[in-house]
Amino acid sequence: MSQSTVPRPPLPRESGGPPQKPAAARKAPRRRRGGDHRLAGGIGLRHRVRRDWVLVLMTLPAVLLLVVFAYIPIAGNVIAFQFYSPYAGDGFFDAMANSAWTGMENFQRMLDDRDFWNAVQNTLMFSSLQLLLFFPVPIALALLINSILHSKVRAWAQAVLYLPHFFSWVLVITVFQQMFGGAGLVAQLARDWGLTDSFDLMTDPGFFKWLITAQVIWKDAGWGIIVFLAALSMVNTELYESAAVDGAGRWRRMWHVTLPALRPVIALLLVLQVGNMLTVGSEQFLIQRTAVGPGASEVLDTYVWNRGIANGDFSYAAAIGIVKGVFSLALVLAANRVAHAMGEQGVYSRR
Amino acid sequence: MSAITDTSVLVEDKEEKGKRQRPAWEEQPTRVGLTAKGAILGIALLAILFPIWIVLITSLSDAETVSRAGGLVVWPDGISFDAYRELLSGGEVSRAMMVSIGVTVVGTTFSMAVSVLAAYGLSRIGSLWHRGLLFTLLATMFFGGAGIIPTYLLIQSLGLMNTYAALILPMAVNVFNILVLRAFFMNVGQEIIDSARIDGAGEFRILWQMVLPLSRAVLAVIALFYAVAYWGNWFAGFIYINDQEKLPLQNVLQQIVLANERPAGMAQIIGTGQISSISVQTAVMILALLPVAILSPFVQRHFKKGMLIGAVKG
Repeated sequence: MSQSTVPRPPLPRESGGPPQKPAAARKAPRRRRGGDHRLAGGIGLRHRVRRDWVLVLMTLPAVLLLVVFAYIPIAGNVIAFQFYSPYAGDGFFDAMANSAWTGMENFQRMLDDRDFWNAVQNTLMFSSLQLLLFFPVPIALALLINSILHSKVRAWAQAVLYLPHFFSWVLVITVFQQMFGGAGLVAQLARDWGLTDSFDLMTDPGFFKWLITAQVIWKDAGWGIIVFLAALSMVNTELYESAAVDGAGRWRRMWHVTLPALRPVIALLLVLQVGNMLTVGSEQFLIQRTAVGPGASEVLDTYVWNRGIANGDFSYAAAIGIVKGVFSLALVLAANRVAHAMGEQGVYSRR
Repeated sequence: MSAITDTSVLVEDKEEKGKRQRPAWEEQPTRVGLTAKGAILGIALLAILFPIWIVLITSLSDAETVSRAGGLVVWPDGISFDAYRELLSGGEVSRAMMVSIGVTVVGTTFSMAVSVLAAYGLSRIGSLWHRGLLFTLLATMFFGGAGIIPTYLLIQSLGLMNTYAALILPMAVNVFNILVLRAFFMNVGQEIIDSARIDGAGEFRILWQMVLPLSRAVLAVIALFYAVAYWGNWFAGFIYINDQEKLPLQNVLQQIVLANERPAGMAQIIGTGQISSISVQTAVMILALLPVAILSPFVQRHFKKGMLIGAVKG
């Protein structure tokens, strides 16, 4: 998607600054660098600096923050190839420089680590469940909302459906706690009706996968409809009309007109979802980890936190993070390739 | 997935104004169909609103009503603000509220300033180092999270542990938000910018007096995204803040409702039966939910205006 967000008109818009002389005529072999080559006349670097330094200055704070909080941590991942000890030096970099290199040892440890494989298994289970149960819900809801003609009803329904997306995970989980927890509403009713005294879905390890999926659906299914509604609003109504004239009923129109219109969006989101198979959201699991125990709730992200930050095994945890990142990237590429094979655009186009 | 979803917020429902007419070729809806539709939508909306209702009503009930209901209250029997009065009159929850409000206000302001400047700085294609700077931003989207371990160690060695800065700085820049702002700034009519420049306005002045007033709707939406992110952030408090005194509201909410810890100062009042502990829990939940529930519909409305601006241009 990044490519599409960078439109490249044939000619840049000339901004003010000093009047531009036909510089290309003066300097014959022009250096072609940056966006310069797209300038028809071409102006010298000195003029461009004079003209644009304010723009560069404006971008600088964001770039600096990203360098510190995104690029340096990416580089910091080299500790995965070390036995990093925070006591080896003064601060992160000093300690890194003084820590012993171990090559691939941290990666080899993973193979025999049963907790790691448990986390992998759990992660894949949670994400497949979400793929099966969560993914279709926004599509169905969007079709439903789209079929409502009354604009007031639509607006209200959308406002309510979007709301939980803006709630924090803690809030969503506490809402579930009040509904299905040991002191929650359902437990209350079960006690009143003499059914059971110990109803508590929030601490049941066997039920945890359904609980997680239900929380995801409650929080984000409504928000997910937006992208489908946008795609639906682009559909040419003449298609419906001619389909209707040809005798297609409402279900056939949905099958042959509506769903094909959604196909590219569905394919795109599926690719992204598959790419995120190994990321199921650490907050949701960290918060509920103590209630159901690590056996049922440990996923890759919580395992990284547990090994690295809780137990101080920084290098090993960083190694797991790297493996996760590499596999995720491979998954996106593979899913995108499948999407292309099926004639879809996917995340990036084949060019 | 969120990234894609978020973009489309900006191209939402152009047809929303006025009621749509049913096209001539479309069948009249059947009774069964309408009922089924209504039922499904009704269930979906209830699934969202009913829990919020219960939580709200319980937080507004006095100890007697709560004990009569045996826990959560479904139907109100008199309204009492005791739980809120107690929670907000000093003590742990008031303090956590202040931390969260402060972090959200400062963080959102800071993020908006940085993002708007960067988005404007990158909005002129072909400007100096434009491609390099843009790529620097975009590349971080592909790497995703750099991993919590190196980030944690970095925060530690920068001396940010246990500071409010740790709740703001690591998440201050969201590249996706910058890209959305940039797309809008690029849509602002070039003629307007050119005429301002001919009148002698510098870049800052153009941004402040021309571009920003025209982009109010998208600014509101992006500010909401940042504010929601800061307000709802639990993770940073969890890993970077060890000091109970500095924890933001989300972390205190987790302690009170999920770990069932009573906030400091509340113990006696709950003990004497003036307020039930479930009222306290639900009241904290409402406090955590309120800003978002108030802001998001307001911004949704704002949003449609932004759409019109976009439509006029196109």
